Amino acid sequence: MARLDILGISKHFGAVAAVEDVSLGVERGAFYALLGPSGCGKTTLLRMIAGFETPDSGRVVIDGVDVTGLPPYARPVNMMFQSYALFPHMDVAGNIAFGLRQERMDRRRIAARVEEMLALVQMAGYARRRPHELSGGQRQRVALARALAKTPKLLLLDEPLAALDRKLRAETRLELVGIQERVGTTFLVVTHDQEEALSMANCVAVMDRGRVVQTGAPSEIYERPASRFVADFVGEVNLFEGGLTAGFNCLSLTVAGFPEPFPLPSGTQLPEGAAVALIVRPEKLVLSHAPPAGLAIAATVSSVGYLGGGSMVQLTTDQGKALKAYLPGVAADGFGRGTPVWASWPTDAGVVLIQ
Amino acid sequence: MISLGWTGRLVLIGVPFLWLTLFFLLPLLIVVKISLAESTIGIPPYTPLLVNHEGGVELHATTANFALIAGDDLYLRAYLGSLGNAAVATALCLLIGYPVAYTVARSQGARRHLLLFLVMLPFWTSFLIRVYAWIAILEPNGLLNQSLMALGLIAARLPLLNNQFSVELGLVYSYLPFMILPLYGSLSRLDRSLIEAAADLGARPLRAFLGVTLPLTLPGIVAGSLLVLIPAIGEFVIPDLLGGPDTQMIGKVLWDEFFNNRDWPVAAAVAVVLVMALAVPLLAAQRFLERGHAA
Repeated sequence: MARLDILGISKHFGAVAAVEDVSLGVERGAFYALLGPSGCGKTTLLRMIAGFETPDSGRVVIDGVDVTGLPPYARPVNMMFQSYALFPHMDVAGNIAFGLRQERMDRRRIAARVEEMLALVQMAGYARRRPHELSGGQRQRVALARALAKTPKLLLLDEPLAALDRKLRAETRLELVGIQERVGTTFLVVTHDQEEALSMANCVAVMDRGRVVQTGAPSEIYERPASRFVADFVGEVNLFEGGLTAGFNCLSLTVAGFPEPFPLPSGTQLPEGAAVALIVRPEKLVLSHAPPAGLAIAATVSSVGYLGGGSMVQLTTDQGKALKAYLPGVAADGFGRGTPVWASWPTDAGVVLIQ
Repeated sequence: MISLGWTGRLVLIGVPFLWLTLFFLLPLLIVVKISLAESTIGIPPYTPLLVNHEGGVELHATTANFALIAGDDLYLRAYLGSLGNAAVATALCLLIGYPVAYTVARSQGARRHLLLFLVMLPFWTSFLIRVYAWIAILEPNGLLNQSLMALGLIAARLPLLNNQFSVELGLVYSYLPFMILPLYGSLSRLDRSLIEAAADLGARPLRAFLGVTLPLTLPGIVAGSLLVLIPAIGEFVIPDLLGGPDTQMIGKVLWDEFFNNRDWPVAAAVAVVLVMALAVPLLAAQRFLERGHAA
């Protein structure tokens, strides 16, 4: 278990800035996720922590020790590769033992440790198999066992679930969390899948074009996104852009085309006239057949997508704006295609973003 | 997989089969036939295998040629000399070729193409001319001796030509590309994340090389070594042009038997023994590569 500090790290490839002045603090024992679209620099950042890339500036500090100048083999960090990078010429036991052999640990202790790791990832009995004889999910487990065998202070996971099919991914997500809790190692996982990041991590850093744009607990990232990029990348949003106006007892937002101003959440303090955006998550939208009290938007259902646990209803407002409403269970049954509806939301469910 | 149908499959297998029969098996059988004949003066300079004798056909074969080869240690020394020279050349090609192939495989884009082009550049000139060029370089009055003396590095001319040194140099020079290309193939297919994984797990560069890179490029090493070893054993031009009176190589002996002694049956027997001797390492390597393929 270790604390990781990344202090003002930058990395350029030619003229392209892959990582731009990133600072992060990863708590001891955390399950930390770096979330961002492909090309946002998250993998480059991970590779700098592992020692495969040298930062142009900034430092990587693990438990107070500056490791920036150390080669990968001297760092107290192990990595699980996206491709798993299992050695094809060694069996499962050989793969897991590889790191231990570098430490010149004695044979019996290595064998015991290999057994222990195989049990941890529920692969006991597969010690003599070669990687090509394993399924994708089994390879992923072996890669995890190999990376954990040396009890690293920090485990780096590069898109650990990307190569698995959907059902296996969901199961493995829970398992990874379970394993992390059992071994207590600090996990730093890189992913482009917001669902993955939100469900596994207890802290998430969202990256965009080489920079960290927001860090926080998963619920914080989802409920209070700090920018349009975060709001849009993490989950689905309805977005209204406009100018601030002072209302009776609260600020409200005037949106071009909509006759009435939208009330903003209480406690919003912004200068009048500022250009802002109001975002409302689809599951916060309430649909009704009759106009409810307060602000409501008249719209027509343009399509209904059934998702199993609920439905995503696509709406078109009378102004021609597309909206999304998520209705749980069978709540969408009364709202078939072409139905005129009123869409509204509790005022405090909206999030205000300064543009 | 595309279904070919019965005729399609027959053509697909039949054409190369016919080719190999006509241009490989048949000539080999002719050589075997000659090796069982006796030398005569005439055209062709050997006795027929089947002779008409008192109305019937009689088989006329002798193992005398093989007995001669076995009895005279000139041949054994030539075989072993060839094997020794070729083995040393193969080892040197591997030592030089591996770092070269590694560099080419690690380079990117245009640089990689340029390096590959340079590796293959010698093939643009005739092999014979390139060997003659070495004579000009290595001669007592040649380029190398004169340069070294002009620079004051040596006082007397070095004996560079017509000895063991020049034969090895010629072999390594000529066969190096055949080592580099399969090694390059193996190394460029090597997944770089495997090397990174080894480093990540605590392996220093040398141990990562010995534990991961080397075993995974073993097929390339075997293929390259065979491509150098096999032709180098039978090599005739290099020992003939660059070698000296003490250079014993089987290719040269074979040539002498054919063209100087005009003893075709003995020459054919030398060739048959050589083919059989070479088949052993080839089959062993084939089995190794197949096993590696299955794994």
